[in-house]
Amino acid sequence: MKKSEFLSELQERLVGLNESDLNRSLDYYAEMIEDRMEDGISEEEAVSAIGTPGEVASEILAEMPLTKIIKARVKPNRRMAAWEVVLLVLGSPVWFSLLIALFAVVFSLYIAFWSVIISLWVAELSLGLGALAGVGMLPNAIAQGNVLAGIALFGAGIFLAGLTILGYYGCGYATKGLCFLCKKTFRLIKSCFIRKEAVR
Amino acid sequence: MDIQLKRGLLDVCVLAAIKDEDSYGYQIIKDMKPYVEISESTLYPILRRLEGAELLTVRNAEHNGRLRKYYHITPLGVARIEEFKEEWKELLSIYEFVTKEGVRNEEE
Repeated sequence: MKKSEFLSELQERLVGLNESDLNRSLDYYAEMIEDRMEDGISEEEAVSAIGTPGEVASEILAEMPLTKIIKARVKPNRRMAAWEVVLLVLGSPVWFSLLIALFAVVFSLYIAFWSVIISLWVAELSLGLGALAGVGMLPNAIAQGNVLAGIALFGAGIFLAGLTILGYYGCGYATKGLCFLCKKTFRLIKSCFIRKEAVR
Repeated sequence: MDIQLKRGLLDVCVLAAIKDEDSYGYQIIKDMKPYVEISESTLYPILRRLEGAELLTVRNAEHNGRLRKYYHITPLGVARIEEFKEEWKELLSIYEFVTKEGVRNEEE
């Protein structure tokens, strides 16, 4: 592949990126190819050393913040025809609600992740409180002359304390795991936007 | 290697490559090659990031009838390298502890 072919294909795959980002990327890769050629290798070799336009484009897009990518996608790279504008407006009840639905799904996923984590810790907290209450009831029960019940409560308290300690580690691992899952999910959502352009 | 760690290390490597004199993309890759292999598409976001953080500046200079971008380290960039050296001392002592055998025996 020649340098000019590589650059025009790269440009095609980065379509929608704002102009300064696009030009900087193209300039950078052009310079790299030229410097390699100056080092004494052929144009084809220099181009293939850098990778395919698809690989390069997806790496550039992967480094971009998601908002920038969406902005670039949403902005049309040419003027829209009149009928397209009409369609867009007429279709707005459909695409607008779909868009809201998409955001709602993402948002509720996020809430779901966090509510699981919060409820785990609340359960853990209540176990701890139960343990304290059970142990703390002992002197009270003895004062009332109910020694057997006091000992039973004390035992239950100790049991709960054991559960609390186990639960603490469990919650810690669950939180870590859920955060990891959460990150992965959002990266997956992001990659849906990227892949469309980069890998056709 | 941990990806976050490697990323931070490469940032410092690139700064070190332009520490003594201004350099350009391909030269940076060649200078780093004996120590750490880095590809063009890995270097690009690093340069952008470092420029964004004002650890380096970019200027265009003519070379053989075309423009080439030269990267120049800023005082902030130099400070980052120094900071890295300090951090590394700490890491080295941790490494020493981790790899040392019979931590207890010597004390007893």
